[in-house]
Amino acid sequence: MSGAQAFRPETDDQLLEAVRWLVSEDAPAELVGRGTKRRFGRPMQTEHTLDLSALAGIRLYEPDELVLSAGPGTPMADIEAALAEARQMLAFEPPDLSALLAGGDPDAAGGQRRDSLGGVIACNLAGPRRVTAGAARDHVLGVEGVGGHAMVFKTGGRVVKNVTGYDLSKLLTGSHGTLAAMTHLTVKVLPAPETEATLVLSDTDLADAGRLLTTGMAEPAAVSGAAWLPGRLAAGSFGDVGAGVVLLRLEGFAASVADRQAALAGRLGAGRLGAERSLTVLDAEAPADRWRGLRDALPLTVLNADAPLWRISVPPSAGAWILQALLRPETDDIGLLDWGGGLIWLAVDVAAPEGDAGETRVRAALAAVGGHATLVRAPDPIRAAAPVFQPQPSALAALTARVKESFDPKHLLNPGRMYAGI
Amino acid sequence: MKMPELDADVLARRREIVQALRRIVPGEGVIDSEDEMRVFESDGLTAYRTVPMVVVLPENTGQISRVLRYCHEHKIKVVPRGAGTSLSGGALPLGDGVLLGLAKLNRILEIDHDNRCARVQPGVTNLGITQAVAHDGWYYAPDPSSQIACTIGGNVAENSGGVHCLKYGLTTNNLLGVEMVLMDGEVVRLGGKHLDADGYDLLGVITGSEGLLGVVTEVTVRLLRTPEATRAMLLGFPSVEAGGDCVARIIAAGIVPAGLEMMDRPAIHAAEDFVQAGYPRDVESLLIVEVDGPPAEIDALIPRLQEIAREAGAVTMRVSEDDDERARFWAGRKAAFPAVGRISPDYYCMDGTIPRGRLPEVLTRTTELSAQFGLRVANVFHAGDGNLHPLILYDANNPGELEKAEEFGAEILKLCVEVGGVLTGEHGVGVEKRDLMEVQFGEDDLKQQQRLKCAFDPEGLLNPGKMFPRLHRCAELGRMHIHHGQMPFPDIPRF
Ligand SMILES: Cc1cc2nc3c(=O)[nH]c(=O)nc-3n(C[C@H](O)[C@H](O)[C@H](O)COP(=O)(O)OP(=O)(O)OC[C@H]3O[C@@H](n4cnc5c(N)ncnc54)[C@H](O)[C@@H]3O)c2cc1C
Repeated sequence: MSGAQAFRPETDDQLLEAVRWLVSEDAPAELVGRGTKRRFGRPMQTEHTLDLSALAGIRLYEPDELVLSAGPGTPMADIEAALAEARQMLAFEPPDLSALLAGGDPDAAGGQRRDSLGGVIACNLAGPRRVTAGAARDHVLGVEGVGGHAMVFKTGGRVVKNVTGYDLSKLLTGSHGTLAAMTHLTVKVLPAPETEATLVLSDTDLADAGRLLTTGMAEPAAVSGAAWLPGRLAAGSFGDVGAGVVLLRLEGFAASVADRQAALAGRLGAGRLGAERSLTVLDAEAPADRWRGLRDALPLTVLNADAPLWRISVPPSAGAWILQALLRPETDDIGLLDWGGGLIWLAVDVAAPEGDAGETRVRAALAAVGGHATLVRAPDPIRAAAPVFQPQPSALAALTARVKESFDPKHLLNPGRMYAGI
Repeated sequence: MKMPELDADVLARRREIVQALRRIVPGEGVIDSEDEMRVFESDGLTAYRTVPMVVVLPENTGQISRVLRYCHEHKIKVVPRGAGTSLSGGALPLGDGVLLGLAKLNRILEIDHDNRCARVQPGVTNLGITQAVAHDGWYYAPDPSSQIACTIGGNVAENSGGVHCLKYGLTTNNLLGVEMVLMDGEVVRLGGKHLDADGYDLLGVITGSEGLLGVVTEVTVRLLRTPEATRAMLLGFPSVEAGGDCVARIIAAGIVPAGLEMMDRPAIHAAEDFVQAGYPRDVESLLIVEVDGPPAEIDALIPRLQEIAREAGAVTMRVSEDDDERARFWAGRKAAFPAVGRISPDYYCMDGTIPRGRLPEVLTRTTELSAQFGLRVANVFHAGDGNLHPLILYDANNPGELEKAEEFGAEILKLCVEVGGVLTGEHGVGVEKRDLMEVQFGEDDLKQQQRLKCAFDPEGLLNPGKMFPRLHRCAELGRMHIHHGQMPFPDIPRF
C-alpha cells in the first residue's frame, strides 16, 4: 500500500485496526488531536497521520463524584462549558497554546479555546495554578489507549485513591503521543473558586520580582497564581506599570479571600521589601481575563511571531535571576515569570538571531540550578537540529529509550517528537 | 501464597554472597544470622513470614548502587524495605533474596524554604519531615496513620495517603524529585526543586511502584505552610445513606474539606469503648469533617457545613471549640484499628476504593457477606475520596478462619471493582492482592505494566512475586504478533 494515509478513526476498534496496519507496514504516524500543537516538539518525518479528533465527546460527568471522562478529541471548549455549568473546573488550568503555536487571532474562535483534551494531557500542560493545584498529570485518573504493540490497554480508573498497579496514566500524560494513542481519558475535576482577587504590584523590576514572588508564595495566604510581567508585555492588559508588574492571585470563598488579601497586602505593600511601588487590587470582575491571558502566554503574542520561545522550569527562587541572566544586553530578548518564579517564558530577539535559538546559553544557565528548558517555538530547521526538550544524562536517556520501547517497540507513534531516536 | 521458586544456585553460594556484600557494606551492615534476621521476616501483613537469605543495611547511595550491581551480575533477588509497615506484604522477604533495609539512610539533607521543599534520605520517617520544619510553620502534607514509623521511601514506593489527602493529595502529588538506583546499579535523578520533571513522568511511575522498579535513595518533597487554624465537626446520622448524602452535598456545595472521614456503627462502638471519644452510640454513621485555613474562612464554612448537615438529616452535630476537642473527635477514628483489635483476636484491614455514591450499596452487600462468612466487620472510610477500610474480625487460632477472612476480603474487593472502583486505594497490591489483579485488569493491561517493569529490571530481580499474578519473561512480553504485510488495508474514515 503506498501513499500517505490520514486515518480518522471514529471508534476504538477502528483505531486499533489502523495501528495494526501501521505495525504490519512498519509505517510510523503522527498523532493529531485538534492540531493546535502540531508544531510543539521536534518536527517528524512521518508519512501517515492518525487523527484522533473524531474520538470525541464527554462520556461521563458526575459533578458529585468530581470525575469526568471523555474522548481525546473532545474540544476543551466543550469540557470547560460543561464544567462551568456545575461551577467546576480542571484545577490545573490547562493553557491553550494555539495563539502562540498555530498563530492567528486568539479571538478568532470567539474567545473559545481551540485545543483538545487529549492534546492537553499528552503535553502535560498546566497554567498559573500549577503552583497549588499540580500539573495535568496530578489530575489524570485513568487512561485507555492503544500502544505500539497494537493492543488496547487501560490503566488507572475513575477514583482518586488508587494504587493498583503502576501509574501508567502519569507516564502517558506528557509523553507527547510517543507511547500510545489514547482513546479514553478520565480526569479529576474540582469545585471552581467562589471568587478571586489579584494583588498588582507595579513598578517592580526583575530583582524586586524575585523577592516578592518568593515571599508571596511562602505566606500562608495560599497564593494560587504568582507571576511577573515586564512593562512592555504588561502594557496591553495593565497599562503603564513602569519596569514591570507582580501579580499575586488569591482564590476561594469570599470571606477567606478578603482576609488573605488584607494580610498579604500588609506583608508586601509599599515601604516593605525595598523599592517604592504601588499596590492595587483587582477584584473578581477583572482578573479572570488576565489570568487566562497569562495561562495561554498571550502577552507574548505582541512580539514578532518568529521570535523563538523557551518555556523553562527552574527552582522558583532562581527564576528571576536566571531570566535576568538570559536577557542579552543590547537586544530585545524579553521574558516573563509564572509559577512563583518557577516558570520562565523567554522570547529571543529575532533581530539578534542565534543559530540555535539560544539553546546553548539557555542550557548553560540551567546547569547550576537544575530544571529543564523546552524550545516551544522556533523555525522547523532549528527544532530539528537543536534538542527541543532538555537533553538527559546518559543513564536516564537509556531508561527513557527502554520505556519507549516497552510501549512502542517499532517506534511507530510520533517517533522523534520528543528526542531523536525515541 | 505461591512465591517464586527458590534459586538453589544462589542458596548454594550464600557464604560467598555474604562475604561479597560485606566487602561493599562493612561492619554491622550485613546480617546473616537467622536469629537477627527474624525481625525482618514480615512487614505489617504479619500473616506472611519468610526469613531472608541475608539482610543488608547500607548507609549511602554508593553502597546501594554497588550492592545492586553485584546482585544484578550474580542474578540475586532483592527486596527493598523501609520501616516494614506495609499492609500488603510489599516488603515480605524472599528466602533466596537480599533484604535491603534503608533505615540507616535517615538524614534530612536540606530544607529550602525559598523553594518550599525538603531533600531527605529515604529512611527518614514521614513525621520526621514535618517535625524538622514545623517550628518554622511548615509541614509535609500526606499523613498516613503509620506516620511515626513509616519511611518516606516506603511512602514513595506505596504512594501512601492519609486522612488529609482529599484536599492535599497523595504522596505522588507532593513529590518534586527522587534519586533512585536501578537494579543494574545505575543512579538516576528524576525532577528536583523545579516543577514537573522533564521527559517521561518516571517520577510518577516510580511512585506507587512497590519497590519493583528501583530503590529510592533520596526524596525531594513539597512543603506547605501550616494552616493558620483548623476545626473539626462531628456529625451523626441515622443511616449510612444519610451520611453518604451529606458528603455528596458538601462536595456539591464546592467545599473540599481537609478531612472527611466516616465510620459505621460497629466501628463507632469499638472506638467509643476503647477511647471514650464521646461519639454518639445511637447513630448508624458518623462523619468527621475537618476544615483548615485562615480563621475567616473557617468561620464562614462552619455555618455552611452545619446547614448542609441539617439538610442531610444529621442527628448529632458538634463543632470543636479548641484543638483539644478536635483531637478528641479524631481520637476514636485514629484508634479505630487498635479498637477493633481489642474486640477481636485478629482483624484484617481491607483497602478498596469505590465511587463514593455507591457506598450504601457496598455496605449493604458487605453486611450480607458478613452474615454469609460468619465474620463480623467494622467499616472506616475515607469518605471524601471513596477509600473504604473494612476491618474483618477473625481469630487466627480457629483453624480455617484466616482463610475465611481472606476469602471474605477478596469478595469485598471484587465488589469494589464491580461498582467501578479499584482493589487498593493506598495500601498497595504486594503479595496480598496480587492474585486479584486479574479481577481489575485484563491480560493486555497487565502485560503492558509488565513491559514497563522490563524497561527497569529486565531480569525481574527487584522484588519479584509482588504485584503481578503471573511472571512473564521480558522477551515473551516484547514479542509482536503482527508481522510485516500481514494486515489488509483498513477501512477507516480518512480526512
Ligand atoms: C497501623 C498502620 C496504619 C497505616 N496507615 C496507613 C495510612 O493511613 N495510609 C497509607 O497509605 N498507608 C498506611 N499504612 C501502610 C504503610 O504504613 C505504608 O504503606 C507506608 O508507606 C510503608 O512505609 P514503610 O517505610 O514501612 O515501607 P515498607 O513496609 O518497608 O515497604 C513498603 C514497600 O515499599 C518498598 N520500599 C520501601 N522503601 C523503599 C525504597 N527506599 N525504595 C524502593 N522501594 C522501597 C518495599 O519493597 C515494599 O514494597 C499503615 C500501616 C500500619 C501498620
